Amino acid sequence: MIVKFIDFLRDRLRLVIRLSYVVLALLVVWDALLVDKHHAHTAIEHYPGFWSLFGFIACVLIIFVSKWYGHLGIMTREDYYDK
Amino acid sequence: MINNLWLHPSLILILGALGLPFFRGVLRKPYLLLIPVLAFGSVLTMPHGTFGVFRFLDWYVTFGRVDNLSLVFAYIMTLMCIIGTLYGLHVENEFEHMAAWFYVAGSLGVIFAADYLVLFLFWEVMAFSSVFLVWFRKRQQSLATGYRYLLVHTAGGLALLAGFVLRYQATGGDLSFGPVGVDSPTVSTYLIMIGFILNAAVPPLHAWLPDAYGEATVSGAVFMCAFTTKTAIYALARGFAGMEILVPLGVCMALYGVVYAVLENDSRRLLAYHIISQVGYMVAGVGIGTEMAINGACAHAFAHILYKGLLFMGTGSVLHMTGKSKFSELGGLYKKMPMTFVFTMIGGLSISAFPLFSGFVSKSMIITAGFEEHIYWAGFLLLLASAGTFLHTGLKVPYFIWFGKNNCSEETWEKAADPPWNMQAAMGIAAFLCIFIGSYTPYLYNMLPYPVHFEPYTQYHLAETLEILLFTAFGFFLFTKKLAPEPTISIDLDWFYRMGGRGFLWLAKKPIQWTDNAVSEAYRYLGLFPLMTTARFWSWFDWHAIDGVVDGIAKSVRGVGGQVRKVQAGQLQYNIFYAVSIVALLVTLYVFSS
Repeated sequence: MIVKFIDFLRDRLRLVIRLSYVVLALLVVWDALLVDKHHAHTAIEHYPGFWSLFGFIACVLIIFVSKWYGHLGIMTREDYYDK
Repeated sequence: MINNLWLHPSLILILGALGLPFFRGVLRKPYLLLIPVLAFGSVLTMPHGTFGVFRFLDWYVTFGRVDNLSLVFAYIMTLMCIIGTLYGLHVENEFEHMAAWFYVAGSLGVIFAADYLVLFLFWEVMAFSSVFLVWFRKRQQSLATGYRYLLVHTAGGLALLAGFVLRYQATGGDLSFGPVGVDSPTVSTYLIMIGFILNAAVPPLHAWLPDAYGEATVSGAVFMCAFTTKTAIYALARGFAGMEILVPLGVCMALYGVVYAVLENDSRRLLAYHIISQVGYMVAGVGIGTEMAINGACAHAFAHILYKGLLFMGTGSVLHMTGKSKFSELGGLYKKMPMTFVFTMIGGLSISAFPLFSGFVSKSMIITAGFEEHIYWAGFLLLLASAGTFLHTGLKVPYFIWFGKNNCSEETWEKAADPPWNMQAAMGIAAFLCIFIGSYTPYLYNMLPYPVHFEPYTQYHLAETLEILLFTAFGFFLFTKKLAPEPTISIDLDWFYRMGGRGFLWLAKKPIQWTDNAVSEAYRYLGLFPLMTTARFWSWFDWHAIDGVVDGIAKSVRGVGGQVRKVQAGQLQYNIFYAVSIVALLVTLYVFSS
């Protein structure tokens, strides 16, 4: 059943991706127009879609900074400690 | 004697472990489940108060301090012991079960200990029993990994010992374990803290964790990921609430784990780095030190034990079935292991703090406590790390094992299937609890040490979380190729003692051995010739005069030697295990007979 469902989604991959974009867009609209921001901790959070941008930048930063750091020589061959 | 019939759950587990070899065949599995259930039952029915006070030499030692803080940790640890034992029910090696139970007994002993002597005793029991969960993997490198693990933990234990001995001196004989006085820290405070944060895997004292947990047996890793670090969090919450240096340390941990998780190719080592990251939130929570932050640290430890156990069970199932744990040797497995995928995904969503999953109701408490104390930088950096958590545990692990490029060899693909019923049942229970905690908050919140004034399901919190997580997913989607697995290992701070050890070996081999050789050469020319001439004479005397008398004795000595050799030929691990078991038994008997 699980496999069938996953295959069902995979067969309609383009549609799934488009729907995901719609969800992302709706999320930002929701944040900009409807969400009650009384509970925000800082002023900067009142910008519409602040956390969306934060999430995306965080993700990109983590990927690129880590990979850059890793390729400085931290990532090495698997038998490094075997001599 | 035992006051008010208070029964220490560690005692149940230790005696249960020692009785295990007598239950074989059909009785084995029921017995394996019965003992952790009894331990859980004893925690459930435990009243608050102080129990198990004994006189030991000049001191009174207390085995049972039962309050809200110790109970919430004892509850989740005995519960995890049931789940972990169920997961490893098929394991034939009874010593592995015994080691796991001793290990849990060590954790529980620390949690209920009210003074440093008892705490230290169980602290060492934890290290010396959990190392067997690494050794029982029985790979060539397991032995060395285990010894490194022991080495590091012994060093941590020594710092702790030095700390409380100094404290004993300074306070004029106070051994009780409670808040250490974080406002005026002394050398002893820092030493005790080093002992604790080594077990919590705070960088730079963290490298033992991915080293050992990546190498542990499949079910051993499920135990290890739950107990050592969270027992340390308990000890920190008890003694170091409000210790300011723990906030930056915790935030560093949270980010450090995330960075190394990006680089990691082994799924279980990746999860191990995420333990460091998650425990970072708890350490920061303890550092913030308000009631809400301590509640958050406890709640997050509670949730973490379940979802991290679940994740280790999921990737452990893949390792158990296929023999592989590296992303560069897996992929596309959703057709073969769909149930394992669903369970691991639930663990991934829980650790990522998705709404309706357990992390959502626990992690946010710590972050909110940080914002409320106006430690903004910590709050924002912890949220940044949580994007990394979803990126790896929620997306990278499932994607590169169950989807993505199929890197499986033909053999791996053939072997892949959902694991036996007991492993699936254990994952099912953990998965249910992850969702239950996330959906029905009073279950967890009512167990916390302080009254909870926090509501996770507000509109703002939902929007904030969903935006961060879904836009992280968007980033993953765009840069999936960048994250493709690379067959490498990452150098971490264990480099210093691994290479340092090698340097010492070189020193021993080259200069020291050269000197030794030179000395023996000189000796051969200057000393040996006269010696040999004398020896020849004595040999003649010996041969003709004394031998008759000595022969009889020599024969019997050789006989004894032969027996001893047979004992020694058994595996070193088993010998140590017997020794540790006997010591533990003696201590238990001593304590409960006095």
